[in-house]
Amino acid sequence: MPKTTPFHPRTGPLNHPQIWENWAGYLVAPQYQHSEISEYYSVRNSAGLLDTSPLFKYKFSGPDAEAYLMHVMARDIRKCKPGRAQYTIWCDDAGFVVEDGVIMHVSVGEYWLTAAEPNLRYFRQIARKKEFDVQIDDITTDYGILALQGPKSLEILQELTSDLNGVGFFRLAHTKLDGHSVVISRTGYTGDLGYELWVPKDSCVAVWDALMSAGSGYNITPMGLHALKMARIEAGLLLLDVDFHSARYAWTDAQRDTPHELGWGWMFNTLAKDDRTFIGREAIEAEIANKSSRHKTVGLVIDWYDYQEKHREAGIHPPMDGVFNEGTMNIYRISDTPWEYGGYATCMMYSSLLRSHIALAKLPLDLCEPGTEVDLEVSIIRRSVNIKARVAELPFFNPARKTSRE
Amino acid sequence: MTKYDAIVIGGGHNGLVNAGYLAKAGLNTLILERRPYVGGAAVTEELLPGYKFTTFSYALSLIRPDICQELNLPEHGMMTLPMPHHFHPAEDGQYLKLGADSYENYHEISKLSLEDAEAMHDFGHIMDRVCHALKPLVDMIPPNPQSQEPEELERMAEFHAIMEGMPPDVQDMVQKLWTSSIAEVLDEYFENDLVKGMLASSAIIGSMCGPRSKESGMVWLFHKMGEYDGIFGEWGFHKGGNGGFTQALARAFEAFGGTILCDAGVDEVLRKDGAAVGVKLSNGEEIYADIVVSALDPRNTFLRLVDPAELPDDLVKTIQDFKFQGSAAKVNFVLSDVPKHPNHEYSSEIFRGFLNVGPTFDYLEEAFADAQEGRFSRRPFIDGCIQSTIDPDMTPPGKHIMSNFVMWAPYHLKDSDWDTERDNLGDAVQETLNSFFPGFNDLVEHREVVTPLDIERIVGIAEGNIFHGELFADQLFFSRPAPGWNQYRTPIKGYYQCGSGTHPGGCVIGAPGKLASMQILRDRAKAAV
Repeated sequence: MPKTTPFHPRTGPLNHPQIWENWAGYLVAPQYQHSEISEYYSVRNSAGLLDTSPLFKYKFSGPDAEAYLMHVMARDIRKCKPGRAQYTIWCDDAGFVVEDGVIMHVSVGEYWLTAAEPNLRYFRQIARKKEFDVQIDDITTDYGILALQGPKSLEILQELTSDLNGVGFFRLAHTKLDGHSVVISRTGYTGDLGYELWVPKDSCVAVWDALMSAGSGYNITPMGLHALKMARIEAGLLLLDVDFHSARYAWTDAQRDTPHELGWGWMFNTLAKDDRTFIGREAIEAEIANKSSRHKTVGLVIDWYDYQEKHREAGIHPPMDGVFNEGTMNIYRISDTPWEYGGYATCMMYSSLLRSHIALAKLPLDLCEPGTEVDLEVSIIRRSVNIKARVAELPFFNPARKTSRE
Repeated sequence: MTKYDAIVIGGGHNGLVNAGYLAKAGLNTLILERRPYVGGAAVTEELLPGYKFTTFSYALSLIRPDICQELNLPEHGMMTLPMPHHFHPAEDGQYLKLGADSYENYHEISKLSLEDAEAMHDFGHIMDRVCHALKPLVDMIPPNPQSQEPEELERMAEFHAIMEGMPPDVQDMVQKLWTSSIAEVLDEYFENDLVKGMLASSAIIGSMCGPRSKESGMVWLFHKMGEYDGIFGEWGFHKGGNGGFTQALARAFEAFGGTILCDAGVDEVLRKDGAAVGVKLSNGEEIYADIVVSALDPRNTFLRLVDPAELPDDLVKTIQDFKFQGSAAKVNFVLSDVPKHPNHEYSSEIFRGFLNVGPTFDYLEEAFADAQEGRFSRRPFIDGCIQSTIDPDMTPPGKHIMSNFVMWAPYHLKDSDWDTERDNLGDAVQETLNSFFPGFNDLVEHREVVTPLDIERIVGIAEGNIFHGELFADQLFFSRPAPGWNQYRTPIKGYYQCGSGTHPGGCVIGAPGKLASMQILRDRAKAAV
């Protein structure tokens, strides 16, 4: 039987279509109501409440915890002071990305990390091999995680606690909600103002109830994975097994990406001053020095006139709702040679908010300048058709409230 | 005088495949089968009315996908049913049930070890890459390193390109499996004994080696090269049992114009001037063909069907020393119901794949120790399955038939003989099953015990070795069945070999039959020029 999350007693009855997705062996709702887009808009308009408990959760502690994380993680954990969180990645020796995740410095010398896939053995093997005195525990089932995302998320939480006042982007708060201890980080996967709550498993139902009750005046809306996946594309946040693959389980380097190729080069802006010997460093430095990145990850905005025109030529109304796609789509150079391969999009959708069709794409370096025009191959009534698209900077959507200090 | 273009001796699956390709190429081909029906060890026998026994071979994995396509087998009734999961009970009532979903498996294994749950993915990934890298070797006629012919040098170069083209970690793993025990390999990845026990079983199937014997890595790898719909190491049931598969092969062969003659044992391959000219049947009848193919094991092929005195001494010596030492038995039951596991609610689910009785290395080694002492394992390894839980054609509704593959049952018993021990082995298997599934004894309505001696007597394979000779590293590829004779030819012109004793080896795989047909047809084309 699939497992259920600690919020299931509440999410179960709320799942109106009664369709479930299997996320890492757990039942999770792809959507709670028939109108996906209404769930999506809760994130931009009020607040969406999302159960992300299936994420794998690891605790790092012990004398060498900091030294260990300095070695394993590509970003310097020392910059993540107690009470802060850090978006980070871990790479292999060849400088390819294994995974990404958010790590929290929960209390002095104790760190919690979320990961999309199991990594306990991976982390422990490194610790054993390099003889770090670090304790690495899998705390996946000890906590449920809720993401409360959207412009009203703070106000809803403030109905229950005052400890979030002044908690900035990627900062933490230890607080109680309705008497239940939780750790809250100002983080999320939607690119909006939002918080993630680590709730001890026995408190999950009570905390869900407290939030739903506190949020009732703010249109708090249970939100499924589909709405999240729409929001994350607008936010330019990458998804494992859609936009990139773990270097651990790829077959060839053609399936792997470096941090620079995924748009995470900013993590290494101060590499020259960084004295660590972290895994992948030499390869990453060589890639920077040799400018050997094979591609970059960029945004694409599909040309509305061309999109409309190509569909009109085929005799149909240009689809907007329902074009969400997490499959690979080919991109061609605009040149005298027809169908000259350029790169590919990893996901594409119509953003109702941005009134545009947008995509995330991997393009060779010469095509990455914002404004560069390329052709995106779509299928219109069984025919492959190229539609003009322009390279755009990521994120597509980045409201000031996400990081504001209000 | 009857004359064919080609005669294939033995209607086992490799004989059928070989003959199928020859017939497809336009050769007037005859299959001679000693028994009343073809199939060899892959037969389904209705030993009791309404009950279909997979007397010997009972599942499919290694069968080459190209053979199924090229011989149009689906058109002739080939249908392989998937196994949704496999069940591995421990002696204390715990169990592992692993199946098609990797996260389900993750959570199942994490009941025992979180690190092992993750290791399964790591190990699965490296093994997928190993199998992928080695697959071309399974599907090629191996080079003959003793030959300087340009064609052979080319093959040798191809072999080296495959071996040296592998990524370093894949190369290391291949090297390790080639030379070490499966225990050494699994110990590097896993910590839990039950997990390791479940993974180890493929390393001992049909082989006189335990999980800690150095030969077991190679035996394990050989089995992992099989696939079900592209998933390495997975198995399926042929609809109606493995006899259903060989029946499909027979129909395909006949559709290509081939002829099958049953109850036609062959006593001798007829030779004239160093070349095969036909065969002499047990009844004295002679049938002629310029191409004669033996689908039998190497001992029968080289030492019985022809006069070894006419063969090179070193070849004869190698075949005499070829390790057969059959060590597997079958104990098949008719059951009034599906056995119940004390801690698993849905019992019929358990048996839709393999039931793997052999919880740990220690259990397996203890069973193997008996065999090394020249007796059958008193508490044996059992690979059980109840095909009737998914295939209603196997039994009358509500009844079940259970196939149990049993290790170890050494062909050479030290202080007894198999006619004496047959029922004692049956009892040991039944008692073992009863200990894992209390109440099992009460379900038994009928029992068939098949010892290695029975396999030799009924199917004809030397010493009852299900692979026509051990799958040990020194009996594979360049040396299967003998150095210099690893390319399906024999020293006698026109006389070929295509049984499991040739490359790549045993299991219902078909590759020996197909590769031999390629060699035969090439030789024939060259001779015609």
